[in-house]
Amino acid sequence: MSEYNLQTPLTDEDVVQLRAGDVVRLSGVIYSARDAAHKRIIELLDKGEESPFPLEGAVVYYVGPTPAPPGRAIGAAGPTTSYRMDTYAPRLHSLGLKASIGKGKRNDDVKAALKQYKAVYFGATGGAGALLSQCIEQSKVIAFDELGPEAVRAMKVKNFPLLVVNDCHGGELYVKPKLDPDV
Amino acid sequence: MRMIQPADITEAVARMCISANVNLPEDVHRALQAAYEREDAPAAKEIFRQLLENAELAKNTGLALCQDTGLAVFFVELGQDAAVAGNLVEAINEGVRRGYKDGFLRNSSCDPLTRENTGDNTPAIIHTDVVPGDKLKITFMAKGGGSENMSRVTMLAPAQGWEGIKKFVVQRVAEAGPNPCPPTIIGLGVGGTFEHAAKISKRALGRALDDVHPDPKVAALEQELLDEINALGIGPMGMGGKTTCLAVKIALEPCHIASLPVAVNVQCHSARHEEVVL
Repeated sequence: MSEYNLQTPLTDEDVVQLRAGDVVRLSGVIYSARDAAHKRIIELLDKGEESPFPLEGAVVYYVGPTPAPPGRAIGAAGPTTSYRMDTYAPRLHSLGLKASIGKGKRNDDVKAALKQYKAVYFGATGGAGALLSQCIEQSKVIAFDELGPEAVRAMKVKNFPLLVVNDCHGGELYVKPKLDPDV
Repeated sequence: MRMIQPADITEAVARMCISANVNLPEDVHRALQAAYEREDAPAAKEIFRQLLENAELAKNTGLALCQDTGLAVFFVELGQDAAVAGNLVEAINEGVRRGYKDGFLRNSSCDPLTRENTGDNTPAIIHTDVVPGDKLKITFMAKGGGSENMSRVTMLAPAQGWEGIKKFVVQRVAEAGPNPCPPTIIGLGVGGTFEHAAKISKRALGRALDDVHPDPKVAALEQELLDEINALGIGPMGMGGKTTCLAVKIALEPCHIASLPVAVNVQCHSARHEEVVL
């Protein structure tokens, strides 16, 4: 297990060195998008329009934060469950998306896309929303404001703590449940 | 007949919505601390360290513990010698509106098809029972979507019995893996009807983690199931470890002679609930 400090946008070189279980502290700008925003982004792409943020080298954070109280950049901002974005992720990876941040399992299509397009799936600690918000220095809605918590935000993060869950070599961090076949 | 004012209900609900989303219940805190001490694997230990730090930070800053501040679920017990001087449901919904706005909590309620956010986290999910007495007891749960999505109801054949129930629960937890933010708490409703099993499985999640079921036979079943789930080795956030589940809470009720309804309501480690008696 290795530790890396990485800066966005991510490159192929950044991604290829990572192995499942590695610790990454990520700094730079990442973009929040969850269910509704992904649907909108894909609709834009289908119409031949641009994504609201440059996909090349981008990192998407599956998060819908709580509103920012006065004096804070953002409210609680931990990861949401990633499988709901599985249907959209391969398309975004094909257009240059280098990483997503969430929690929980990805499907085989996403894992194949990580290999094909040299991308990575990071896990952040679910339920640690207050703690993770400390690493977000700025947050600004850049698209789909009407979606409220599901709007796309550009977030400036510093040393955001991540684990490599699925790397671009087929490695996976999650353990397989020890299920007795007779059970 | 004792009269209860809607304004008092609204105020109590608003207060609970904020407090429950910021302050991790003490029994959950104790369970996370115990798990931190029990785990040997560095990754598992680190997750629990972060969760304990998160709880401390939320308490000190007033930030929500988790960005998923839930659908607002209520179990209401209205004493039959008490009455609400107005609209009970609206009083609760107004409390939710106020609490979620004033507490900077996330509005997570949306139209099921258009997915348009209702904008104020209402309507709340309210289960009301009439009970003896002249008090109004309101239990609030902030129920997150990630763990709720991993929950299931099934109708087993009576012949499948306890072994069938156990198999269903353990397989459900195994399939859910890291998705519901383990370590989880499992509310298991057995009996009643299709919808009633689900309701009692959720209500069972309101029990304190360290309480022991008053029926020793059920308490033994809870322990048996907890041990089998923890033997899966999924661990905190699916990183592997001894702690996949913090507690199993079983609610049993009589059912039809043809049926064996079973509901598994999965609760994430951020088990946020509070109650008030008016």
